[in-house]
Amino acid sequence: MFDWFAVIGRNTVDFLARLGAEFLLFLQTVKGFYALIWRPSLVIQQLFSIGVRSMLIIIVSGFFVGMVLGLQGYNTLVDFGAEESLGVMVALSLVRELGPVVTALLFAGRAGSALTAEIGLMKATEQLSGLEMMAINPVERILAPRLLAGIISMPLLAAMFSSVGIFGGYLVGVDLLGVDTGSYWSQMQSNVDFHKDIVNGVIKSAVFGVVVTWIAIYEGYTCLPTSEGVSRSTTRTVVYSALTVLGLDFLLTAIML
Amino acid sequence: MSVNDNNLVRIRDLHFSRGRSKIFDGIDITIPKGKITAIMGPSGTGKTTLLKLIGGQLKPQKGSIQFHGEEIPTMKTKKLYEARKKMGMLFQSGALLTDMSVFDNIAFPLREHTDLPEVMIRDLVLMKLQAVGLRGARDLRPSQLSGGMARRVAFARAIALDPEMVMFDEPFTGQDPISMGVLVQLIRSMNDSLGLTSVIVSHDIQETLAIADKIYIISQGKIMGHGSPEQMNQSESPWISQFVHGDADGPVRFHYQACPYKEDLMAECHLEL
Amino acid sequence: MLNSRIVEISVGIFVAFGMAALLVLAVNVSNVSGFGGGDHYTIVANFDNASGLKARSSVSIAGVTIGRVSSIEVDPVTYEAVVKMTIDSRFKEVPIDSSVGIYTAGLLGEKYVGIEPGGAPDYLEEGSVIRLTQSSIVLEKLISQFLFSQSSNKK
Repeated sequence: MFDWFAVIGRNTVDFLARLGAEFLLFLQTVKGFYALIWRPSLVIQQLFSIGVRSMLIIIVSGFFVGMVLGLQGYNTLVDFGAEESLGVMVALSLVRELGPVVTALLFAGRAGSALTAEIGLMKATEQLSGLEMMAINPVERILAPRLLAGIISMPLLAAMFSSVGIFGGYLVGVDLLGVDTGSYWSQMQSNVDFHKDIVNGVIKSAVFGVVVTWIAIYEGYTCLPTSEGVSRSTTRTVVYSALTVLGLDFLLTAIML
Repeated sequence: MSVNDNNLVRIRDLHFSRGRSKIFDGIDITIPKGKITAIMGPSGTGKTTLLKLIGGQLKPQKGSIQFHGEEIPTMKTKKLYEARKKMGMLFQSGALLTDMSVFDNIAFPLREHTDLPEVMIRDLVLMKLQAVGLRGARDLRPSQLSGGMARRVAFARAIALDPEMVMFDEPFTGQDPISMGVLVQLIRSMNDSLGLTSVIVSHDIQETLAIADKIYIISQGKIMGHGSPEQMNQSESPWISQFVHGDADGPVRFHYQACPYKEDLMAECHLEL
Repeated sequence: MLNSRIVEISVGIFVAFGMAALLVLAVNVSNVSGFGGGDHYTIVANFDNASGLKARSSVSIAGVTIGRVSSIEVDPVTYEAVVKMTIDSRFKEVPIDSSVGIYTAGLLGEKYVGIEPGGAPDYLEEGSVIRLTQSSIVLEKLISQFLFSQSSNKK
């Protein structure tokens, strides 16, 4: 009977301790941003491997998602004689939800898993310990630039995803299915609100940027330093990121509406 | 506490445990300046852990570790980093940064910690590379190096900041005879010519006995014995004798703890393992 | 490490692309210019009924959008809808005796405010109130009127 309570108690304490340790590490990493002001080249290097290398998959996916939205939206709206609203529908779906969310999911798969694997391998091959023994703080030198680059990249990638998607919807809706160009754009412009839709979408993707990049970095930094540990952490990064993004998306939408 | 001039590192009554397993149970180690001290013991006795404790990467539960007469475990981060600049460490895998060339790897600590102009860094790096005989390999990447070369590059990096002490984690493991010989000779000559203090953690008996000035043998959290290589070779202790001569059976049993073979075959084994 | 110049250039392209995408979203998709950006003035009109009209609905003359509805409130005394509209300063010369109405774009489309220019020499300015208003048409009222007139005709 008491064993049972002891198990609950121990797990709770363990959980809180881990959470606290993770939060402390996060604060140390953010504190490391300060030192990056004098070394922007570190961040640029990471922007390249995190942002630039994710650009292609984001743009291509955004384009296809936009085209599908155009096709599906048209077929639904045309029944109500409201195909003029296609632009609004495509733009709102992308800017409010699909842009930030799908970008975050793709980002977790492309950049997040790579980050975890990279940091995990650095740990497994003692590179992180090596840095510490060279009196270089790996949190500042390795983690901070990656987190910052992730936070910068995500909103930019999400914006690319949305704009390319809107263009894709335009191609299908206007060029292929014959919706009027003017109404596609003007309906969009009069119904998409800058603050409520665009700014909130950017806020969302910035939050996702912090969360996904942090999960990737944390999983890599705390993985077991073996090849099995690295591969397991990589999988965990993708799973945790996806779940967290979808859950947070609901929460953020509820708060911001 | 007064600083003994001849000793660089003093470890007293060190206790360290990970989870429930005790790794060190009150050990005393003294590392004299300018000498090569070897710490030996079977695999899994926490030799690498000891180096990490000296480097301040781990904190002991109890006991004192002094470097230059200053307590490592209670040091503030900034001071600890200053102390680490006086230590070099050579990891088992080399721990070279995989996204940089050999040259950049050795230049790395110099670029991070000094404001030297690039010309001077180049001179320093070439000097260190020349010392380990790999000046020609400066543009290779760590993945293109053999294990022995990677360790020599790591050695060059460890001495890039001209430390007072270099710690070697299993420098001889998995090396072919030639690169083993190269490493042995390199450690000895660098120790003498640069006035380094070297700490070697290893279980390769012959190479270590050949090179070390002082040997500690650790097992199960205790110091089993210490002294010069000759003393170890002629030790009366059956345990040390088994370890030094590599006998298959002795105080350390060949068989993992089990019930008698016959009982086991008859399925009558009731031993709680 | 890759050639650092290539890295810098491609990161530059990446950031420029991202910024451009944000700009496209802000300007092309949401038309941020109609919202607080640039010079504008506010006019007011009271309607008996403003159903279907929303903040940010467009305000137009002859089908050209010249501004947006900024707020809709109820006058606590007359129970009329007080509609405030922000008009772009480029369209300064709207006669003061113009009339406004709430119309529907298409059969099921959006409500918008249409301005019918009058002929007075004075122009609307900040805070002007338009007197002549035509409320939005409520479909149910229209139908009941129609039915009512039908039945009275029969008598």
